[in-house]
This record gives sequence, structure tokens and C-alpha cells, in this order.
Amino acid sequence: MIALWVALLGGAGAVARFVLDGLVRSRLATLVPMGTLVINVSGSLLLGFMTGLVMVGIESHDLRVMLGTGFCGGYTTFSTAMIDTVRLLQQRRIVAALLNGVGMLVLALAAAVLGIFLGTLFG
Amino acid sequence: MPSRMQLRQHVRAAWHVFTHGRSGAEPAAPLPPLHLRPLPVLIVFAGGAVGTLARYELTALPTPGGLPLPTFFVNIVGAFLLGVLLEGLLRGGPDAGWRQTTRLLLGTGFMGGFTTYSTFSVEVATLSGDGRYLEGFGYAILSLLLGVGAAALGVWVSANLAPVPKPRPVEDATAVSPAARPPVDAAPEQPDGGLG
Repeated sequence: MIALWVALLGGAGAVARFVLDGLVRSRLATLVPMGTLVINVSGSLLLGFMTGLVMVGIESHDLRVMLGTGFCGGYTTFSTAMIDTVRLLQQRRIVAALLNGVGMLVLALAAAVLGIFLGTLFG
Repeated sequence: MPSRMQLRQHVRAAWHVFTHGRSGAEPAAPLPPLHLRPLPVLIVFAGGAVGTLARYELTALPTPGGLPLPTFFVNIVGAFLLGVLLEGLLRGGPDAGWRQTTRLLLGTGFMGGFTTYSTFSVEVATLSGDGRYLEGFGYAILSLLLGVGAAALGVWVSANLAPVPKPRPVEDATAVSPAARPPVDAAPEQPDGGLG
């Protein structure tokens, strides 16, 4: 039963990514693909928050799996971030590639830490 | 009671809205972008659900020494496969018709759902939170380096080893008669960008 919810919420997460990335892409033409950055950082914040809630015992493990592994996992994407970085490298846009690779990692990590902190505040 | 003819017209109109995001009555208006059309969204949903389920099953594997090796494996393999897929589709022809459907189903949907950035970043954060800074830092850097490397390798594999012929230079393309082109290029494309 959990697997079914993981799949359905994963599909919903993928749709949220598809729509949000499309909306950002149609409005912003920036140095790095901003859609994937916004998605991965916001998804890290959300999953961090849920992880914090589990740590203090508010959220159940099953709910964390369904929403975290399912929705947040389907929403965020590692593979697209890597391909985008390769494309920037192919275009010799080294600064943009570093920003997209290392910059996203730093921002997503900060978002995850902030999310965990906020989640534990509820304990 | 509507006649069979009227019913057929209703069904056709509804299918057009489903695939194109608007009725076929105003042909001059530009089509809405892909992410606002029902059928592309449904295709991404299906791919994302299956990809997420595959990751869920794989990440149930043991994590030796508390190290998140399943996530690591899923992300690196996914980056490689997405490189193979996208470069192969890119070299095969324009992003329309079945190529666009495949990209949305397997790329945006499956690979996007299969790989995950949020689990990765939270795992790095929790490793560091447990005082295992070296392991957290190593996991982060290795994921990034091997992820970029795997994606580049995937692109290279499709660019150099795939059986699809490389596209001819633009000067050549006009000189080639349609009959002489390989059948994969000669397949009829949907004029509106496919998925219809």
C-alpha cells in the first residue's frame, strides 16, 4: 500500500516539476537553468523539514516515506541537474557550469539544514 | 439524442483539448506550451510514478555503515541513462512526435522521478549532523563529480556508439532527396509538435 502511494505521489511530484520548470523557463532566461535550481532547493527544504519532524516524533515514518521518497523524490531531480551542467561545460560556459553544479549543491544543502532545523522547532 | 456524427465530433473535439490544451476551433491561436497540455502532463505523471517506484524499491537495499549507497547508485546510473537518452533523441531528429513523447515519458518522467536531489542533500546534511563530516563531504563531492562524469559519458556513448547516423551538415541536408534519407528521419512528423 505504501508503494502505491509512493508511486502516485512521485508522479505528482514529477508533474509539479514539469509545470514549474516550464513556467520558470518561459519567464526567465538566466545564466543557469533556474527552474531545476528552484525545484531542487525548494524540494530539499521540504524534505529537510519533514526529516526534522520525524526526528522529534511528530511525523510517522510511513508518512515521511510517502511524502519524502514519493513526492519530494519525484519533484527533485539529480539527473537533469547533471545533464544541464554537462551542456554548460560543452558550451565552455565554465562559470555557469560551476554555479549550476557546486552552487546548487551548496544552496540545496543549506536548504536541507534549514528545513531540518525548522522541523525540529516543532518538537 | 445526438446523432452518431455529432457524438463523433464531440469526442474528436474533447481529444483535441486533451492533447493540445485548447479546442481546434481557433487554428490561428498559438498552442499552449507543453506543460499546460493535459496529455503531456499525464505522460510525465506516468513516467514519474514508475521511476519513483523503481527508486523506492532500490533504496530499500541495505546502507552499509549508514552510507547512503542506494541513493548514490540510483543518481549516478540515472544521470548516465538520461545522457544516453537525451543525446540519442537530439541526434535522431527534432523534438516532436514520438521523440517528444519518449523524452517526456522516460526523461522528464521516469529519470526525473528515479533520481532525486532532495534525498541526496538531506542525506549529506544528516551525515554531517551526526558528526560524520568527512563522509558527508565525500558523498557530496563524489556524487557531483561522478554524476557529471556519468552524464557526460552517457552523452558520449550516444554521440559515438549509437547506431543512429549522425545528422548531415546543414549544407548537405538540402542536397539529399527525401527518399535517400534513412527511414527514421522519413517518418511523418506531427506538424503541431506531436503528441496529437
